[in-house]
Amino acid sequence: MRDSSEPARRTVSSVFPEAPRAQLSAQLRPAILCTLVLTLLTGCVFPLLLFAIGRPLFPRQAGGSLLTRGEAVIGSELIGQQFFRPEYFQSRPSAAGNGYDGTSSGGTNLGPNNPKLRDGAADFPGIRQLAEDYRQRNGLASDALIPIDAVTRSGSGLDPDITPENAALQVPRVARARGMNEDEVWLLVATHTQEPQFGFLGNPRVSVLELNLALDGAP
Amino acid sequence: MTSTRWIEYLCFLAIVVALALPVGLYLARVAQRRRTFLDPLLRPIESVLYRLLGVRPQEEMTAGVYIACFLLFGAGCAILLFLLLIFQRALSGGPADGYLTTSMTPDLAANTAVSFTTTTTWQAYAGENTLRYLTQVFGLVAQNFLAGAAGLAAGFAFIRGIARERSATIGNFWVDLIRSLLWVLLPLTLVGSLLLVWQGVPLNMAPYTFVHTIEGGTQIIAQGPVATLEFIKNLGTNGGGFFNANGAHPYANPTPFTNFLGMLAIAVLPASLMITFGYMTHRPRAGWTLLLVMIALFMVGLIVCDWAESQPPPQLAGLHIIGGNMEGKEVRFGVGESVLTAIVTSNTSTGSYNSMHDSFQPLGVLPPLVFMLLGEVVFGGLGAGVYSIVMAALVGVFLGGLMVGRTPEYLGKKIGSSETRWIALYALLTPMVVLVLTGIAVVASAGRAGLVTNTGPHGFTEILFAYASCMANNGQAMAGLNANSVFYNITTMIAMLAGRFGLAALALALAGRFAAQRRLPTTVGTLPSDTPTFGGLVFGTIVLVGALCFFPALALGPIVEFLRH
Repeated sequence: MRDSSEPARRTVSSVFPEAPRAQLSAQLRPAILCTLVLTLLTGCVFPLLLFAIGRPLFPRQAGGSLLTRGEAVIGSELIGQQFFRPEYFQSRPSAAGNGYDGTSSGGTNLGPNNPKLRDGAADFPGIRQLAEDYRQRNGLASDALIPIDAVTRSGSGLDPDITPENAALQVPRVARARGMNEDEVWLLVATHTQEPQFGFLGNPRVSVLELNLALDGAP
Repeated sequence: MTSTRWIEYLCFLAIVVALALPVGLYLARVAQRRRTFLDPLLRPIESVLYRLLGVRPQEEMTAGVYIACFLLFGAGCAILLFLLLIFQRALSGGPADGYLTTSMTPDLAANTAVSFTTTTTWQAYAGENTLRYLTQVFGLVAQNFLAGAAGLAAGFAFIRGIARERSATIGNFWVDLIRSLLWVLLPLTLVGSLLLVWQGVPLNMAPYTFVHTIEGGTQIIAQGPVATLEFIKNLGTNGGGFFNANGAHPYANPTPFTNFLGMLAIAVLPASLMITFGYMTHRPRAGWTLLLVMIALFMVGLIVCDWAESQPPPQLAGLHIIGGNMEGKEVRFGVGESVLTAIVTSNTSTGSYNSMHDSFQPLGVLPPLVFMLLGEVVFGGLGAGVYSIVMAALVGVFLGGLMVGRTPEYLGKKIGSSETRWIALYALLTPMVVLVLTGIAVVASAGRAGLVTNTGPHGFTEILFAYASCMANNGQAMAGLNANSVFYNITTMIAMLAGRFGLAALALALAGRFAAQRRLPTTVGTLPSDTPTFGGLVFGTIVLVGALCFFPALALGPIVEFLRH
């Protein structure tokens, strides 16, 4: 039945059966050479090319977006830092090393139902404890609502940002500790709030280190 | 907030679909060695490489020889990477020895070598305290390219097998490999990596930076040639990051834009390959049908994961805390980009997560886990995704054929008893490997010893997730599992090898059989492969077969954890 009706579409592949056939025994040499040469191409030539183009174009970013004060490096724009003093805005809790350890990125990896996450352990404050501390530090009522980023640890442990809601709750404390007018601090928070990138990517956020540097620079 | 998340999700899918046609047709030109706009630059390099490497580009390979070359190349790369890892201390450059606190034991080196040559990039180590910069560049960056290109080559060969008729051969592996590198991965990675540097991804060989913080404390910040790795890890659907926190690290993924770009880099090529598939087999609508099945599955996973993660965590009720689950997530990504990334990376055998899946809600972790268990049918690994979804479609065709009592065929290829054997083996390999290894790990004390962070159903989920991830060549982890032990390094390595070479060999062997067949004419009795009904059949088959294989295991893990709390 089907022999009588040849398919209307003959594929282009009918030329291939005549192509010379590769022998298995001849493939060892290309296998070894491909492994070595293509590793050089992608592991040496490509990175060198990228360095040659990328570093002159974007020297600051290539160097890690470091911030300096005089000679000393005081941080990186992208990497969060820990702040304890009341006159600074505080970053999120961190699980990287002893907190914001730039050589040991990572999160808690605690499951949501792991009691340790909520209630803590000997040397590990749980979310309940973190929330109490946060309310106490910022002079909030014991049932005041607080944004979740203030009491959870980020995936990297190096999160440079907090939400604008989190910053807002810290404004009165920072203003008091600095003897500044609250409105001035509000203004700084507002000018350091980044809106979603290109209008639709990600969430509004405040870079803690940049905001604190701006506070130090404020008159 | 909900609306902004969904705007982003829908923008992502719209861009993927919009790019699928032009990119898919371009990939077809690469596979068929037809002219492209890059030829004036790349043709000379191509011919020099052929001469240098002893490749005879006019030669064609049978499926057997093609598979052998795929295996030989994988083995060569794994051995080279293994040696580099073992002797990496002899390399000069940063980071200083003092920071390299994880020792590169032979089992960890073997696991890592296999992991990166299978596009799994499962990482039982933390990059910043284990590897020299030169190891990352010369070893891992190179393998990200090569394993990705080898996967794309296998995808091309599989498509040819269905496209050709009465042909003994399915292409030339070395030609496919080199063309994938030169025409696809290298140029895109050069542009993409520069965009990442612009956004802040470091590109240096500097020692770790010593910082005097503004409060007078100190902080040490890991540096490195991060940008060399971070784009190709996504484009090659590998996923292993430069740092331990992978895509969550602000140096690896500094802005929402870099994250979005990374997600596009992951999804666009595998999605476009469905168009390549339709075009090369002269059934463009069949390609679109499979792409729409993928998008439908994707949406289901996205909706479930988004719902679970955007709720205020029920565990924190009574603490007066507002907002979705942010434990293990970054503020710049929020719930939206974290969920999108979890779904995209789990779907595409990439695993470059930007949030800690261990801290996801049980129903939040369920979609990523299920997508890996289903064998990465949604988009899928670069090249591997083509045969993942087509194999699922073939199972559907077979079941459909049984129901209507006709000899099953797909795109004019008859599925006889020997073809069915390859398809059945392919479909059974994933459940066999994942469930057996999970069973062993749960019973063996060495396996349970990995549960250092979480226990109970959540701990079981961690183990199941680990083997599902390795079998799917995905590489993402619920990182609470301590997987750097001889037991896990060896068992996960078995899963990675089976998931890469076992599945590819079965798929290519089937492609060889299809190539030898003649194409059956389309008659009124043919089950059309480009209708919504067929799409529904494939969708239903994937869900049904997946549920039959894995529901009991899932019930013991995330489902019981969800119901109990």
